Amino acid sequence: MAEYLIIIVSAIFVNNIVLAQFLGVCPFLGVSNKLSTATGMSGAVCFVITLATVVTYLINKFFLVPLGLTFLHTIAFILVIAALVQIVEIVLKKISPSLYQALGIFLPLITTNCAVLGVALNVVTKEFTFGSTTHMLNLGEATVYALATSLGYGLAMILFAGLREQLAMNDVPKSFRGLPIALITVGIMAMAFLGFSGIV
Amino acid sequence: MSKFGIITKGLLKENPTFVLVLGMCPTLATTTSAMNGLEMGLATMFVLILSNIVISLISPVVPDKVHIPVYIVVIATFVTVLQLLMQAFVPQVYETLGLFIPLIVVNCIVLGRAEAFASKNSVGDSALDGIGIGIGFTLSLTVIGIVREILGSGAIFGWKFITGDGILAFVMAPGAFIVLGYLMVLFNKLAKR
Amino acid sequence: MAAKSNLKNMALSLTLVCLVCSAVLGCIYAVTSEPIREAQQAKTNASIARVLPAFEGQPVMESINVDGLDYTYYNVPGTGYAVISTVGGFGGPLTLMVGIGNDGLVCNTVVLSHSETPGLGAKCQTESSFIDQFKGWDPAARKLAVRKDGGEVDAITASTITSRAYSAAVANAYNVYLKLRGDE
Repeated sequence: MAEYLIIIVSAIFVNNIVLAQFLGVCPFLGVSNKLSTATGMSGAVCFVITLATVVTYLINKFFLVPLGLTFLHTIAFILVIAALVQIVEIVLKKISPSLYQALGIFLPLITTNCAVLGVALNVVTKEFTFGSTTHMLNLGEATVYALATSLGYGLAMILFAGLREQLAMNDVPKSFRGLPIALITVGIMAMAFLGFSGIV
Repeated sequence: MSKFGIITKGLLKENPTFVLVLGMCPTLATTTSAMNGLEMGLATMFVLILSNIVISLISPVVPDKVHIPVYIVVIATFVTVLQLLMQAFVPQVYETLGLFIPLIVVNCIVLGRAEAFASKNSVGDSALDGIGIGIGFTLSLTVIGIVREILGSGAIFGWKFITGDGILAFVMAPGAFIVLGYLMVLFNKLAKR
Repeated sequence: MAAKSNLKNMALSLTLVCLVCSAVLGCIYAVTSEPIREAQQAKTNASIARVLPAFEGQPVMESINVDGLDYTYYNVPGTGYAVISTVGGFGGPLTLMVGIGNDGLVCNTVVLSHSETPGLGAKCQTESSFIDQFKGWDPAARKLAVRKDGGEVDAITASTITSRAYSAAVANAYNVYLKLRGDE
């Protein structure tokens, strides 16, 4: 149980995927103008990252590793993710049109969100720390890690969208308007998140 | 557009980092030093040029509805080739850049250029476009790397000019965002003149 | 002009692209697998050469289970063992190679990979006053722990957690050595 807690705190706060690992920065900057779109994107990312990590974990374990094809990680995973996003889009359209309306427009963008591929690759290649020991994640831990990471993504995104909405009402020097001031804001947020380092 | 124009537009007018704002993840993550930024830029350029060439060759025969998956396969292939070559011949560099080499696959610059340029232009022009955008990306990453290295560790390309540490925040995550933000301000200011 | 998007064309083009790409990758993999192996071998050998006195021949890679954890080590006949030991550091896994001579003394240590904070914990890779104290350390006589924990390791300034992890990694490696000697 303690291990799951460590994974969750570490993935959301300490190693926040955007603010500490720099994954998924493009959509993070792109759709964080408004709180509502930021929430929608976070939901879609959450869904796809968790699903993709479970599927790629299984493919890696039962297909790539036994066949000695681990050098094909990148190409296999990106294809799986692209296919998965398509399938999710089709299924969602059929079974829950309202959810599709909320998340639909973000789905095609997610294929090229490096957070998805990044998390999938991290899970199968990296060792994780638990107190003083380290080991590779098992399926349950990988799922929790993926979910927690995407929640961390959502947290950062929603916080940032809130800041940006305030920022839009302020008088910002001309050259700083738009992305530059946004980036500097993220920098300060990242500094705040540095305060979490070392707690697990 | 002249051949020369195709190359130079990547430097200023369509600079991938400061104007198009694409491929932010490697831009922020790997620019802890000038050398790392340069290496990441070159790695991306390798994939960009080759995928541009192949995609401009095959795009006339690829059916519209499957063109994205086909492009992704081509790009992923070149990324894997790059991974294998780097592991074999420059293992040190491969280790430093780590996860961000496979992530070139999802770098929006590469797929973006394939979609916007290579699929509509001749092989030669596509190669030049790859070179131009690649140089623009490499230069931007190197500049960010230089600034962060000077501030963060008091060194340029590994040559240390102060004793002790620099302002450590600049080699860590916050510094990446802040340096990129201020460089973008500078770029805007200079470009507008 | 793009070909028509009917099912036959789409399936055909996807299959073809995948076939060609796999073929290319297969070739490149075949060509590079040998250099990749050599590069890894060279890296390992360089690390072993740093943590143990000069030796001859090719060290043999073996693994052993100590206290429920698997360790990889290199047996250098006549000289000692180079044990790879991973512990949790401040920012993530900290992996060391620890050379222990047949006399039971730590010969030298080297960081293989880490994710410690630049300028603080990351100094465990560069700060010679910290690294050199482990040279010739006798774990049987002197406790491998930072002074705060009642040991004799001088921690890196402001990086107690990293220093603690480093000491623990060396101590774990010594336990591996003890078990290896016990097995012989």
